[in-house]
Amino acid sequence: MPILQGMRARDLLRPRPEGLYCPPGDFFIDPVRPVERALITHGHSDHARSGHASVLATQQTLDIMAIRYGDGFAGATQAATLGETIDLNGVKATFHPAGHVLGSAQISVEHNGVRIVASGDYKRQPDPTCVPFEPVKCDVFITEATFGLPVFRHPPDREEMGRLLKSVAQFPERSHLIGAYALGKAQRVIRLLRDLGYAEPIYIHGALARLSEYYESQGVALGLLEPATVESGSKRDFAGAVVVGTPSAFVDRWARRFPDPVACYASGWMRIRQRAKQIGVELPLIISDHSDWDELTDTIVETGAAEVWVTHGREEALVRWCELNGIAARPLHLVGYEDEGD
Amino acid sequence: MNRFAELLDRLVLTPSRNGKLTLITDYFRSVEDPDRGYALQAITGDLAIAAVKPAMLRALVVERMDPVLFGYSYDYVGDLAETVSLVWPEPEQSANHVPTLGEVVEKLQSASRSDGPGVLAGLLDNAGISARFAIIKLVTGGLRIGVSARLAKQALADFGKVDVAEIEELWHGLAPPYATLFAWLEGKAPKPKQSAKALFRPVMLSHPVEDNDLAKLEPADYVAEWKWDGIRVQAVSLGGVRRLYSRTGDDISGAFPDLVDAMDFDAALDGELLVGTLPQWTGTFSDLQQRLNRKAVSAKIRERFPAFVRCYDVMQIESEDLRQLPFVERRLRLEDFVGLLEPSRFDLSPTIPFSSWEELEALRKAPPHPIIEGVMIKRRDSAYVAGRPKGPWFKWKRDPHTVDAVLMYAQRGHGKRSSYYSDYTFGVWSGPPEAGELVPVGKAYFGFTDEELKQIDKYVRDNTVERFGPVRSVRADATHGLVLEVAFEGLNRSTRHKSGVAMRFPRISRLRWDKPAHEADRLETLTAMLD
Repeated sequence: MPILQGMRARDLLRPRPEGLYCPPGDFFIDPVRPVERALITHGHSDHARSGHASVLATQQTLDIMAIRYGDGFAGATQAATLGETIDLNGVKATFHPAGHVLGSAQISVEHNGVRIVASGDYKRQPDPTCVPFEPVKCDVFITEATFGLPVFRHPPDREEMGRLLKSVAQFPERSHLIGAYALGKAQRVIRLLRDLGYAEPIYIHGALARLSEYYESQGVALGLLEPATVESGSKRDFAGAVVVGTPSAFVDRWARRFPDPVACYASGWMRIRQRAKQIGVELPLIISDHSDWDELTDTIVETGAAEVWVTHGREEALVRWCELNGIAARPLHLVGYEDEGD
Repeated sequence: MNRFAELLDRLVLTPSRNGKLTLITDYFRSVEDPDRGYALQAITGDLAIAAVKPAMLRALVVERMDPVLFGYSYDYVGDLAETVSLVWPEPEQSANHVPTLGEVVEKLQSASRSDGPGVLAGLLDNAGISARFAIIKLVTGGLRIGVSARLAKQALADFGKVDVAEIEELWHGLAPPYATLFAWLEGKAPKPKQSAKALFRPVMLSHPVEDNDLAKLEPADYVAEWKWDGIRVQAVSLGGVRRLYSRTGDDISGAFPDLVDAMDFDAALDGELLVGTLPQWTGTFSDLQQRLNRKAVSAKIRERFPAFVRCYDVMQIESEDLRQLPFVERRLRLEDFVGLLEPSRFDLSPTIPFSSWEELEALRKAPPHPIIEGVMIKRRDSAYVAGRPKGPWFKWKRDPHTVDAVLMYAQRGHGKRSSYYSDYTFGVWSGPPEAGELVPVGKAYFGFTDEELKQIDKYVRDNTVERFGPVRSVRADATHGLVLEVAFEGLNRSTRHKSGVAMRFPRISRLRWDKPAHEADRLETLTAMLD
């Protein structure tokens, strides 16, 4: 009875201007404006904002928010343990790993026999820096669609880093500058380099320092990291070096300290040649913390959901795919999330 | 196939020449025959494969996936080859053998028109995303990877540590997949013998005259000629084979059947390709452009712009190689020889009598014909040597035209310059003086020093009005703006640009921090130069 169930599902979670709201439980998931009670899937800034009265999230997500916003980022905090159910006004909420970044979780919400999983951002590729995604059986699955087009197919991340190391060997007189998001992507890239046997110091932009230290403290070994400051080296010293920084730093004057840099960018968007070309990337690294098309569609099937709500990204293609496969689907128009997260 | 695909992926995004050379030579080093030979053939644009039309490609893909999802995908990516390479469904059973480039080329070349699409689909089924893209590029024609045939030959020269002139001289006698060439470059076999007829001979190039160069030279040792604004060609007709080559050894005979028809001689001539009706009319460079970069030319265009060669040197007559003779002796042979040729297709580049450099300078500044772009100075005793030796030949160009224009847009550069706004679009004033507006007239990305680049970059960042991706629009109005003195070699009419003009070889010659924006030049100054 999909229609009846759909109605009941909409009573359990519905979009409001502040974000996804649960009326019986009286809480929001990843609200974009300050609210009384927020459940937060992960620490990226479009999902985790400061100023809520109380926040329920994994300990790692709470730690990351404290690093980014300072200790007073919320009135009160409560740590959720993965797999443990918490009762919120009679609504059962459970956090499950999402495989997106350190601390990331899907949130399952269950009430009167209906279970909805809000997956936040997620991926299925193995990632040495976080706990892997676990599919959760549910009636309604809320999925992101950042890479919700059949053109997005992420190759194995080790292949991509292999191409980087080949280029480092080919151009020993140049430095390789990798643009990577400060939370998650940067640490994953560094860790992958270590797993492939790269033992040299890796130079990092200042914006990555505290989060990288935090990853280390959580058992993600990153090897020797050095600040990419002029004091730590002259232009010549950066020859042959691998430097990791935020994507915005690369077009900044900051980048001028490196000799004839090879601009690399670790992102799922790098799948599209024109995008790489447009922003002057010389070595695109197709590494994403989001699901590609095949991961999205496989996951929808695995959850067994009778209905799928699609949010931030290219909703129309995923809704079309669901229709073709006999799964009810609709776009969930939430505002305030980045369609361009990488 | 994967290594070739990876090479293409890297080349298309690598802006620097040296970077491209490293990538290509590393590829030659790590890939075996015949794959590297086919790659070379593909890069130099000589690989002919039965073409697959875009409509056919689209038909193949929508047989395999939902057309609506394909439509969304194509809308997003914008490039058909890339979209198909990405969305092509991987077959249930994964391929146990990715085809090599050699296998791909051989299969495609032996496919008939009717089974072409089936063969293509089979290849795509067995390839990954990058390899699929490379295969589709091969069958739809045009790799567009920013590598010229000349650069590919330079990479061969670097790979084998030989002079690029040696490669060019051999080139037209070689056949793909070039196993003998690679064997020689790797030191495993002797240099291939030149077997083909009417081969290209590497050309002799000149140095620009720099300050004080002439003071050290004796005018009586040199002969002067006008420098014509066409393209350098080599007309070779030997042993019954006729070829017209560009200065880098590309065979351009196909675009000039009218000229090739008139090559009923037995010699190798060096000269300038021009269009016009001899002896009355010589066309401009824009007229010549009607005939350049085309595989075939319509009869109408051939009639309107007949091609001819203005000869200035001769390298061989019948079996006699003349390249070791002094210039003046070759010149005498050339004068006799050209007198026997079809006068509407071949004439002689006249020499200019002069007795002092001052006299020649006066002539250079006031040339008798608008398509003269300076003078050539050649040492009387100079042999014809491949490459650019310093001393025997000089070019002394007419001073460039300049215009004062206002900086309008700046784009971030590539490679070393990716953190600098280094590509500048500039405009001049148009419309009534009291309500003028700037119209863009060109784009330049060199001519300034590193220090000046830093200054302009700062100016751009401080005066940005709007940003569109890598481009910033810069404040430019009557009271505020940076005036750039732009030097250029000539002006063509353009229907593509709003201003109606397109500059040849524009570069920034000076920064006019001192000049108010409203005093920059007007469009009429430029349009007057067109007539």
